[in-house]
Amino acid sequence: MGSLSVVEAVTVDRLVAWLSAFRDAVHEHGDYLTELDSAIGDADHGANLIRGMDAVMAAVEQSPGSAGDLLKKVGMTLVTSVGGASGPLYGTFFLRAATAAGDATVLDGPALLAALRAGLEGIVARGKAEAGDKTMYDALAPAMGAFEEALASGAEPDVAARAAADAAAAGRDATEPMLALKGRASYLGERSVGHLDPGAASSALLVAALADTLES
Amino acid sequence: MKKLINRPEDVLADALKGIDAAHPELRVDHQHRVIYRARPKADGKVGLISGGGSGHEPLHGGFVGPGMLDAACCGEVFTSPTPDQMQEATSVVDRGAGVLHIVKNYTGDVMNFEMAGEMAAADSGVRVETVVTDDDVAVQDSTWTAGRRGVGVTVLLEKIVGAAAEEGRDLDAVVELAKRVNGQGRSMGMALTSCTVPAAGKPTFDLPEDEMEMGVGIHGEPGRRRVPLAGAAEIAEMLVEPVLADLDFTGGPSIVMLNGMGGSPLIELYLMYGEVATLLEKAGVQVARTLVGNYITSLDMAGASVTVLKADDELIRLWDAPVETAGLRWGV
Repeated sequence: MGSLSVVEAVTVDRLVAWLSAFRDAVHEHGDYLTELDSAIGDADHGANLIRGMDAVMAAVEQSPGSAGDLLKKVGMTLVTSVGGASGPLYGTFFLRAATAAGDATVLDGPALLAALRAGLEGIVARGKAEAGDKTMYDALAPAMGAFEEALASGAEPDVAARAAADAAAAGRDATEPMLALKGRASYLGERSVGHLDPGAASSALLVAALADTLES
Repeated sequence: MKKLINRPEDVLADALKGIDAAHPELRVDHQHRVIYRARPKADGKVGLISGGGSGHEPLHGGFVGPGMLDAACCGEVFTSPTPDQMQEATSVVDRGAGVLHIVKNYTGDVMNFEMAGEMAAADSGVRVETVVTDDDVAVQDSTWTAGRRGVGVTVLLEKIVGAAAEEGRDLDAVVELAKRVNGQGRSMGMALTSCTVPAAGKPTFDLPEDEMEMGVGIHGEPGRRRVPLAGAAEIAEMLVEPVLADLDFTGGPSIVMLNGMGGSPLIELYLMYGEVATLLEKAGVQVARTLVGNYITSLDMAGASVTVLKADDELIRLWDAPVETAGLRWGV
């Protein structure tokens, strides 16, 4: 086994910049997310994430301390401001990532991956989703896989994050022909086929925001 | 979109102000968006909390008061409230006998109430039990979906279980009763039009003039199938048939609700109830109590749902017990 490459560290400020970029993305694509949600859900995904991420950015204005402190604050804010299914799911993602990140003030590539993976495991525990259920898992799981693979092949976190963003986008697109098995879209049965999953679409924005932030 | 609102993002906050102004017998916590009774129930009685997305009024805030709920947690339109709201409401209404959370089976509601239960257990030690309603027979394959949705039976359950809690039954007895009511109730709904979520600004789905949606949920989520528009008699058959096919309601009294989705006038709801009553009589269902009106709505959607609850003398007695809420009021 060769050793992993020396990776650039991701600071807490960088994590804040990531969240800020995600906030901007949900503002920019809010109508699109809501439109996807009208097709197979209840037409509120964009508005809910905008409300949640605005609350997050207001909450993290003061110095957030460690990466764990920051991510915990993000998780609690999302849980208490978003509602619906996306509140507990996104909230649990950040709360579990916070526990994994702990007291660290900088995260190297493997530490960032470990935090993101813990977050994804939290989503699975909360939402009981599996691959192919047409949920945010279908964008996030391939993203984690691509991130890990890129790190293992010696890539820096920014390159790994870009690979993850590409995988998340592909994962999002792959939800289109899927039959929804979780959440409100599942009530549509066959009629859920042919639409992108809104949660997978917002998850792809989250990973893309990470890649954009680490590249800048 | 033409609505009696100021700004789409202020709909809930502004509506809570109106509820506060109209109902001195209620106390509205505007920060947590929880509606309480102004006069809490006596010590030693089980507290009842429900909640969910807004847009289904009078459910749940209109059912807060003596004989029904102690508190209702209000989410944004069609969006589950959040765990901190439920945790706050739980600690406020606890009179030392524990609190029952009444949750409609939707992914978001279930997850948020689940997190609230975890938080309440960790923080305050209040004993919390949960009952999830899932009476919607329109969801045929509950193995491959998030399960049957909680709809009309929630109204009947909040009334009946509210009466039992008011009598002073303990939490275990209240939970057992709630599960029994849910298990004995079935519903089916339909829509003539979509609804328009204020934040979205346009109808959630397109429904041509000559079509209707059978098996629709209460959030504008499409139903079993889209079929050609029919007359009330035929629509009543399409609603009643799957309800009766799912559970045997003969051999005892039933409580029946003909519920409007929010956009159909009462004259149409009564007309529909006439058709439903004829079908139920033909099927040998003995209707002991009836509720006709808008009780669990879907904003401005036109349409109706039928709920039938298999009852017995005990449930009828609890149904008849006094209730004093904005949405249901008798015996006081």
